[in-house]
Amino acid sequence: MELDSLYQEVILDHYRSPHHKGLSANKDIQVHHNNPSCGDEVTLNLSMKGGVVTDLTWDGVGCSISMASTSVMSDLLVGKGYKDAMNILDNFVELMQSKGQSVGDESILEDAVAFAGVSKFPARIKCALLGWMAFKDASSQVMQ
Amino acid sequence: MSIDLSSCKKDFPIFERKVRGGNSLIYLDSGATSQKPNSVIEAESNFYRTVNAAVHRGAHLLAEEASEAYESAREKVAAFIGARSNEVIFSKSATESLNIIAYSFGNPDSRINIKAGDQIVVTEMEHHANLIPWQQLAKRTGAELRWLSVTADGRIDLTNLDQVITKKTKIVAITHQSNVLGSILPVETIVKASRAVGALVVLDACQSAPHFALDVKKLDIDFLAFSGHKTLGPTGIGVLWGKFDLLEKLEPSLFGGSMVDSVTMESATWAATPRKFEAGVPNMAQAVGLSAAIDYLNHIGMHNIAQHEQDLTSYLLKGIVGISGVKVIGPVDMKDRGGVVSFTVEGVHPHDVGQVLDQYGIAVRTGHHCAWPLMRKLNLVGTTRASLYLYNSKSDVDSLLESIEKVKSYFKVSK
Repeated sequence: MELDSLYQEVILDHYRSPHHKGLSANKDIQVHHNNPSCGDEVTLNLSMKGGVVTDLTWDGVGCSISMASTSVMSDLLVGKGYKDAMNILDNFVELMQSKGQSVGDESILEDAVAFAGVSKFPARIKCALLGWMAFKDASSQVMQ
Repeated sequence: MSIDLSSCKKDFPIFERKVRGGNSLIYLDSGATSQKPNSVIEAESNFYRTVNAAVHRGAHLLAEEASEAYESAREKVAAFIGARSNEVIFSKSATESLNIIAYSFGNPDSRINIKAGDQIVVTEMEHHANLIPWQQLAKRTGAELRWLSVTADGRIDLTNLDQVITKKTKIVAITHQSNVLGSILPVETIVKASRAVGALVVLDACQSAPHFALDVKKLDIDFLAFSGHKTLGPTGIGVLWGKFDLLEKLEPSLFGGSMVDSVTMESATWAATPRKFEAGVPNMAQAVGLSAAIDYLNHIGMHNIAQHEQDLTSYLLKGIVGISGVKVIGPVDMKDRGGVVSFTVEGVHPHDVGQVLDQYGIAVRTGHHCAWPLMRKLNLVGTTRASLYLYNSKSDVDSLLESIEKVKSYFKVSK
């Protein structure tokens, strides 16, 4: 079923048991992003040391795609340097814009390739990108 | 007695196409926009094919015929809501209609206007289109925005009506039927309270005018707005109705061609009501399309449409309340409610509910439905909303109910 390409098991697992969810007490910066068209919200706490992501926690309300994507992203980006993180982010954005033509580079995106199917559902791309855009905003502010 | 409208569906060509999964379209999103019958599509395109010219200008035959078609549409709309044709203003949308009057009331040159210290009353269940224009008017003028609350069962709380609507209240702007909850507001009670303090009543009829007969005189209101595209008509056409003597006292809010009486380099005077509110070349083909939509509705009969939707809504409510883990957001009884049914599925986000339904060809709306304050009040992130119209059938409702079970099993929500 077409739906299965969207709701990969990895996505549903992260939705049911999200990682890094629950805001940390300490952070360098906190950002809040939302999708005004559907009401999904993510608050993200970020700490970086020497240009490396040392802690990333988040909280939010939203659909399976937005919540799972933020969860997978957190796993992927903790411990990464800013440049590496931006490369992963760019790869993910590219995958989202691929209209179902790309399967994603697993060596870079790891579990995030599970979101490849989202690119076939234009209305859901912004869901998948919500947490990532929050991270982009937060990390670029820390790096300034 | 139930009404059989099953023969209507063939008039709507969109139902001939297939959607996701190769399924036939089950369209349950008419609260967002309605589908269009052939007669409307033809009326709009025939305007371009046969009479296209800018109305109210030009000395040629086409301009005469275009003006005639446009003004006939105005008369058609007026008769549809029990008004006089010189009280009907065409806009691009109901949103624009509401903005037009909010801006006109904010103009100090209007002989009726909003000033600092005045109060504007809305309800907590307004669509953003009947909330933000009044928020902004209050902000511009120093007036105070107040509101009637919503109760837990999705009705308007009238217990403090006389504390909310006071002697300082100048405008009471309310929806006729909630686009989220389906509840029909007690307009008569609210009008009475408004009249008692001399406040004017603005009715957002977007979810009512397409679905049941209404008469602005019987409602005893002062202004009304509805959209063409939710009424089987084209997009790009909205209606603003106001009592003639009130419209006369208001300044326009959009300026330019068509709406003037005389112009010099320093100043201008306005054309007669309603044309002073219609700046620029209007959406003529869309007005003509709306006229054809009203013909279609009248041909079927608004009473029959209302009865059909009541029957279907009752059938839907009976079925949906029996599904475990599903909660209806809004009244579950048929008293004063229309064919808009919002619900939540425990453990599944509305967006995901809508996605699975889409896989079975069922089109619903998900999210906050442009009524974010209402969602906050009800402590919801959003709902899934099924909204019915004349082309829907019991089998559409059956498909929805069956597919909600499929949503639950897909997301492994037990119970």
